[in-house]
Amino acid sequence: MDWTRILTNVFGELLAPTTAAYALAAVGLNIHFGLTGLLNFGQAGFMLLGAYGFAISTIAGLPIWAALLVAIACSVVFALILGIPTLKLRGDYLAIVTIAAAEIVRIVGRSTALTDLTGASSGLRGNSYKESFQALSPFPDGTTDIGPLSYSNNASNSWWIRLVGWALVALACLLVWRLTNSPWGRVLKGIREDEDAVRSLGKNVYAYKMQALVLGGVIGAVAGIVYVLPRAVQPDSMGRPMTFFVWTILLLGGAATVWGPVLGSMIFWAALMLIKSVMRSTVPDTVMRTEQIEQFGWIVVGVTLMMLVIFRPQGLLGDKKELAINVR
Amino acid sequence: MRPPATMDRSRAARQGLLALLLALLACLPLVLGSASPAGATTTPCAADPETACINGTLRTAAGAPAVGVTLTVEGPAGASTVTSGPDGRWSAAVTEAGDYTVTLQEESLPAGETLRDPANNPRTVTVELGSSGAALFPLGTPTAGGSGGSGGSGPAATPAPGDSSADPEGAEPGVDTTATGSSSGGSITWGRVAQQATAGLVFGSLLALASIGLSLIFGTTGLSNFAHGEQVTLGGILAYVGVQTLHLPLLVAGALAVALAGLSGYVQDRFLWHPLRRRRVGMTQQLIVTIGLAIALQYTYQFFFGASSLRIVTTSPETVRLGPVFLTQQSVISMVIAALVLGGVAYFLVGTRTGRATRAVSDNPALAAASGISVDRIIRLVWTVGAALAGLGGVLMGLYLNATAWNMGGTLLLLMFAAVTLGGLGTAFGALVGSLVIGLVVEMSNLVIPSDMRYAGALVILIVILLFRPQGILGRAERIG
Repeated sequence: MDWTRILTNVFGELLAPTTAAYALAAVGLNIHFGLTGLLNFGQAGFMLLGAYGFAISTIAGLPIWAALLVAIACSVVFALILGIPTLKLRGDYLAIVTIAAAEIVRIVGRSTALTDLTGASSGLRGNSYKESFQALSPFPDGTTDIGPLSYSNNASNSWWIRLVGWALVALACLLVWRLTNSPWGRVLKGIREDEDAVRSLGKNVYAYKMQALVLGGVIGAVAGIVYVLPRAVQPDSMGRPMTFFVWTILLLGGAATVWGPVLGSMIFWAALMLIKSVMRSTVPDTVMRTEQIEQFGWIVVGVTLMMLVIFRPQGLLGDKKELAINVR
Repeated sequence: MRPPATMDRSRAARQGLLALLLALLACLPLVLGSASPAGATTTPCAADPETACINGTLRTAAGAPAVGVTLTVEGPAGASTVTSGPDGRWSAAVTEAGDYTVTLQEESLPAGETLRDPANNPRTVTVELGSSGAALFPLGTPTAGGSGGSGGSGPAATPAPGDSSADPEGAEPGVDTTATGSSSGGSITWGRVAQQATAGLVFGSLLALASIGLSLIFGTTGLSNFAHGEQVTLGGILAYVGVQTLHLPLLVAGALAVALAGLSGYVQDRFLWHPLRRRRVGMTQQLIVTIGLAIALQYTYQFFFGASSLRIVTTSPETVRLGPVFLTQQSVISMVIAALVLGGVAYFLVGTRTGRATRAVSDNPALAAASGISVDRIIRLVWTVGAALAGLGGVLMGLYLNATAWNMGGTLLLLMFAAVTLGGLGTAFGALVGSLVIGLVVEMSNLVIPSDMRYAGALVILIVILLFRPQGILGRAERIG
């Protein structure tokens, strides 16, 4: 077994753009679930909309800031559409509606009727929209080695996207940290603990929930852009499993904490990579084929999610007293 | 405490239900046996290390096999001509890997038939030795966009020969296949409306079988079970294993699949959900546990059976004509079985003591417990019967869609939620009404929107209902916020 290579892979996974994107999506979900107690099972829908909004408007010729605004606008509208019918109803209704809405986005996106716009199920190629982002990079072209890791400076899976991705994660964490200590954040926590009590204090619970849904959704959309910049926009890779992995990450790190989503994402992807690399080099082909090892990794994820929720619902960093998990 | 006589009665009722289920399944092979066609006269190509196969199945717009259509296959191994057999299937054996051009001779099509997507003829298929590639030519009214845009499948993908509109990736059989092979777009005629409405009724009644468990489990325990779709897949996959691996007759395999699915429901409640209820784990927590379970189960299916579609029965189904409507015999039988079982369930809920107890628990568990009903036993029964019904739904759905796959239940899950919410969460008859409406909406929406968007239509309805009548059609208006 080649431990150097395996550990390099695992270390690389800690900093990967995908890890940053999932961390960012989990920060958004943390505002929904950890702070406010909203059961959003459509985070992948926000991400996919953000990705489509950014990619399609860039292909249409808009500059990068305008494309970013389009992506954010898409997610705001999506959050409003989801929130208006459901935020007054019981929590699991929001769960069903958000998961359904995310599926609608995916099904419509992969439909052959929209091939000209979304590229149907084969999606939009990365090279068609990542030019404007790469042009912003201050680095010279070429490849840089830092420690054992070697990536290109600007192209696709680059140092540049890593830098931007993790800077965005840091910004989002800072935002959550400030929000939890603001009067606004305290009202959200109050809604999570006891909606009726907050209502009796004269707060407009519906409006607060809507603001939380929109804010978390916008962060989700930005996460979607970070996710697709090193690859392509493929609707089928951004379906329900993605939402569930974001949930696993949030619950692993600890809901209602500032660093939980970041820690959760790093552990999730590094552990998955570790399990898969070790199994690839130790388990013979006759026992498990390569693609079966892949699937075995996801089975482990599912079982981990079940165990976490049953035995340690506060996750690694969470506080059991501030357990957001059973609110309506 | 309950007098012993009552227990006997409830047990008898349960056994009666089981017997009914088995008896219904017993009818299955009788009819299917008569339905199976004589088999293809042309020797189907079998891929081995020296040969590769290019194949496909042709269906007319109405879903009947298109017989005697000529296709030419040209490529590195030379040119050859093949003709589609009595089941509409054709296959060509080639001895070299590479790109092959498949041309369908349009003049050989049956009278009145046209290619749905003329731009895709001829098309290129890449094959490797030892595997097969599919070239699918959907027939029907030509559409502007062309819905058969995806070309030949990758070398390793097994084609679903029975399905004229199958996506070569086979990853989303629930979403992308149309059992009736009807096209979208085209003009709306009464014939098509009738055809789609019938398909909707069949689909709806199968969906109802799957949703009743979801609704009853929600009613009795308050749990939104996101792993219920995997119970449906379990039924389909067990039937596939029974027929294709163990070579059992379809009847035995189907009955076994339903029984095992029921057993899995019992085991789940006994070892997972009951302990969680005893630990007083909250409902939201349990909901996330169901999601973890769904992920684990889906990838377990994929681990053992791969990601391609699995055909329970490989013979092409025969079609029957009812007035203006063409249906496969499998659909007709599925619908009959579904209707009988749904009737049985309705009788159980209304006419038997256990059934009334179930509804009482569903209404108000605390009050039911206070009046002497053993709530835990009812919940165990609901899990067992619900999972068995979902399994039966999965078997029939697998026959109706002509294939099952690891994510069949997952794609149906949201439709089931839509059906259950539409009918009124927790009410058994609501699930029935809701499923029929959703089934009709899904199939009828084909008439106006592209068929790969039809599930989206049902989900939009779900959101609209929550906006205007969140308690559903049959639910009682009460505060649910």
